[in-house]
Formats: sequence, structure tokens, C-alpha cells
Amino acid sequence: MTIWDLHCHLSGIAGATPEARLGNLLAIADRMGIERLCVYMGMTWAHDPSPEKMRQENDDVLRAIAKFPDRAFGFVYLNPKHTAASLAELERCVAQGPMVGVKLWVAQRCSAAELDPIIRRAAELKAVIFQHTFYKLTGNLPGESTPEDFVALASRHPTVPLICGHTGADWERGIQAIRHVGTAHADLAGCDPVAGYAEMAVRELGAGRVIFGSDAPGRSFSSQLAKVHGAAIPDSAKRLILSENLKRLLLPILTAKGIRV
Amino acid sequence: MNPPALFSRRDFLAATAAAAAATATRARGAAAAAPAAGLVDTHVYLGRWPFRRAPLDEPAALVAKLRAHGVTAAWAASLDALLHKDIAGLNARLAEECARHGAGLLVPVAALNPSLLGWERELRRCASEHRMRAVRLHPNYHRYTLADPLAARVLGLAAELGLLVQIPLLMEDERTIHPLVNVPPVNAAPLADLLKKIPALRVQLLNAHRTLRGAPLLSLAAQGVHFDLSNLEGVEGVTHLLSQLPVQRLCFGSYAPVFYFEAAMLKLKESVLDDATLAAVRSANAHRLLARA
Repeated sequence: MTIWDLHCHLSGIAGATPEARLGNLLAIADRMGIERLCVYMGMTWAHDPSPEKMRQENDDVLRAIAKFPDRAFGFVYLNPKHTAASLAELERCVAQGPMVGVKLWVAQRCSAAELDPIIRRAAELKAVIFQHTFYKLTGNLPGESTPEDFVALASRHPTVPLICGHTGADWERGIQAIRHVGTAHADLAGCDPVAGYAEMAVRELGAGRVIFGSDAPGRSFSSQLAKVHGAAIPDSAKRLILSENLKRLLLPILTAKGIRV
Repeated sequence: MNPPALFSRRDFLAATAAAAAATATRARGAAAAAPAAGLVDTHVYLGRWPFRRAPLDEPAALVAKLRAHGVTAAWAASLDALLHKDIAGLNARLAEECARHGAGLLVPVAALNPSLLGWERELRRCASEHRMRAVRLHPNYHRYTLADPLAARVLGLAAELGLLVQIPLLMEDERTIHPLVNVPPVNAAPLADLLKKIPALRVQLLNAHRTLRGAPLLSLAAQGVHFDLSNLEGVEGVTHLLSQLPVQRLCFGSYAPVFYFEAAMLKLKESVLDDATLAAVRSANAHRLLARA
């Protein structure tokens, strides 16, 4: 089965440069049968990046994907607190650059109105939009979204497909939170390979709304692939999850940019 | 964007069964090509996780999965041990289930809750009547620490009986644990003194890698503590761990059926390991560890 990974980073792997790090990550991905990686955020991360830091992290990703244009897609990392700077980054990296998606992390909860112009412009550009979410019993960061925040955002943009990062990590709650929002997709990445995750996501959302991601290199490809390879779901569902759903979301912007896959 | 429609329940179940059968068939083929040294899974459970049903939480289903992947022995403890109070009953049930399923595949690992009266008698019974060769302790669920005098008595008796002691440092990510059972990870640091005081003690820490890393892990390894790889994370995790940890200290362990079995299996592929290392991690270390116990 073809495997595309929705969720990879440049932090946490050896390499002096962004391109070296992506090269090392791809070498491991090759062993695991992963064809393409979506990459976002730089060699060092900031929870609440300044406009300068945002640009620097995105520059890292631009350098990395330039070296491997046939293997990696870049998502632009934005901070909604800096709306104007984020919109400028969106223009630089997606409208005028090679990136094909948007990564929103923990700077500001995604229920905030500040995200609206970013989502609207990203949708115009057909960019794939990924929003981190988490339910932490130990306490979310001040700007860290829950799936409820995600649903609030999705409800304001009912025609825009959105990806619920980690599905809240407490995935049974996350799946239930996004179940009724047809444009919401579940990212399987970044939590333990607890058995039953993919089965419940497919049962409740349909296989067409579930997407494989690893959160590598912080997570192993192995533990995250196991959620699909080990799941008691049909092969047709595995194909959707491992690549076809992500391809479907990416196809409009890839087509617009003339990128063939 | 209109995603494909949901499967009907009937389609879903039918397809699931067919997929499982196909997977088992393919994996049986793979198992036939597995190294002759076998594969020992030092970390499986029977019973049900209290907070969800796992797809493989029936012994027959778990055994089928393990067999399909070439597992030649699986050290099985009881998930019931976390919360049940009738430990003697569950140990008897575990011994019976291991004997009934798997034709020798499942190696029963004793449960013990030393906060309950009669724990010494129960541990002796596990060794003498059930012929168990290991005990899996859950100090955080049974409300004691490894620094408590009680822990020294438990580990001392286990050593006296020749039992390997397995201790999972955690069962769930503390960030997403059920709020009513907010159990902290086990602090392994007191083991250092216990190992000095009880020379015959043999310990394997399970699910250790989220909370125990670097010098504290290596220090315990230098005292003979073994580990499994069930919650080892990061790309090429086995390679990175073995760049510091002596290979003799690492055993294969899946934490099935709570975790997908495939996670542990794939880790042996994600890291580039030579044949000797693979053989050690897959089975040789486990055989040696249990033989010493």
C-alpha cells in the first residue's frame, strides 16, 4: 500500500541543516515503506513564535523540501496572534512558494476569531489546514486547543476541510467531539499505539475522514504505522487512511500548482 | 470534499473478519521465514483493560495474533490484577487460561497485590502450585512505592522463590489517563538500593522509556535490570537506545493487547540491527533472563 505521512517535523533527528535532517528522516521512511512526508516547523520550535521566528522556521522547511521536491510537502507554520504576519507568511510560502498546507499549533486556541482570516485565505489557496488539538489531564498550554475548540472553528468555516491534529490524543473523546462535523478529519499521529484507535475512528467517522500521520521523528514511524497496519479494518479502509485521503485533500492545491503525483 | 460513506455495521464486521483472516494468512507466511531463534514477547496481558475493550482482549484472538507474527513464547500477566482484590482467583484463572490457549505459547506471570493480606502465601503458591517463574508488580495501582519497606519484602521473597520481577512503570500516558484513576508512574530510583541489598533479585522494567531515560536508566542497567521496548519512541528508537544500553539488557515486548502488537514488531525493522542484535532482542536475552530466575 502507498503510504503518505501527514505529520512530520525537523526537530529531534540528527543533521546540521534542515535538508540533512529531512534526508535522514526520509532514509528511515524508506525502510518503513513511506513514500511522502508532510513537514512543518523548523529545527527548533517555539510555542508562541514571533513573526521573525515564524519566518525562520518556515525557511528551514523551505530549504528542506527544496532538496527533496518529489518526497516531501511543506506546510507553513503560522501564529494567529500575529495575524498580519501570518497572512504574509501564507502568501510567501504557499501563494508564492512551494508549500501546500498550514500548520497551527499552540500559540492560540483555535476557537479564537483571529484564525478566521487565515482559514479564509488558506481555503482560497486550497491549502490543507492542520490544527493541533489535545485533551491533557495534566492541563493544556494556555493557547492549546481541544477538539471542542476545533469544532468551533470548523463550524465557522463549514465548507473548509480541516484536520484535527492528534484527534485530541484522548482519542475516544476526540472522535466523539468531531463526529458530527463532516469536514473534520482525524489525524492518527502522536499518541501511544493504543489498540482500537483506528477501529473506532473508522466506525464513527468513516474511513474517508481518517488520515495517517506519525509525528516523527519525536514518535517512531513504527508505533504510528501500527495503528493502521494492526487495526482490524478492511484493506480498503487502510488504503484510504494511509494515503488516499491525504491525496484527496492535497489534490486541489497540487493541481493548482502544477505538481504531479 | 465528500468523504466516502460510513460502512454499514454488517459490511464493517464482514470486512474486518476477512481482513483479519487475510492478515493472519500473510503473517503465517512471514512467520515461517522468521529466524529459528524465535521471538519471545516478554510483555503481554490477558484480561480486559478496565476502560476500553481492545480488539485482541480474548485469549484466543491474542494467541492467533502472536502466532501469526512468529511469537514462540509470550509472558502473560493479568490486567485484572490492577483493580481486582481476589488475586488468588485471578492467578488460578490466568494459569488455566495460559494452559488452555496457545499450546504452551503463553507463559503465566503471577499477579501480586502486597497491600492485601496473605500476599506472601499467594506468591509462594504461584511459584509452587502454578509453577510460575515471574511476577508482574503494579506498585502504582496498589498504592505502595519501591522505597517502602513492603517493596523490599516483596522483592526479597520473589528473589528467594527464584521469580523474575517485572514492573511496568506506567500503563497509560499520564496526559490522557482516566481522571478517576489518575495513577502516577512508578519511580524506579529506589531499585538501585534494593538490587544491592537483594543480590539474587532479577528485574525487568516494562513501559519504562517515557519516564526513565539517560543516566538513571543506564545505572539500573549496569546493575542488571532489563527493559522491554513497548513504549520506546522516536525514529530508530532501538538503535538510539542501544547506542547507550548494553544489548543484553533489552528484550522484545509488545504490551499487547493494550497496544497494537505491530508497533513493537515494526521497531525491529525501523532500526537497522545486525543479526546478533536481532537475535538477542528477539529471544536470547529473554531466554537467559527467565532461565536465571
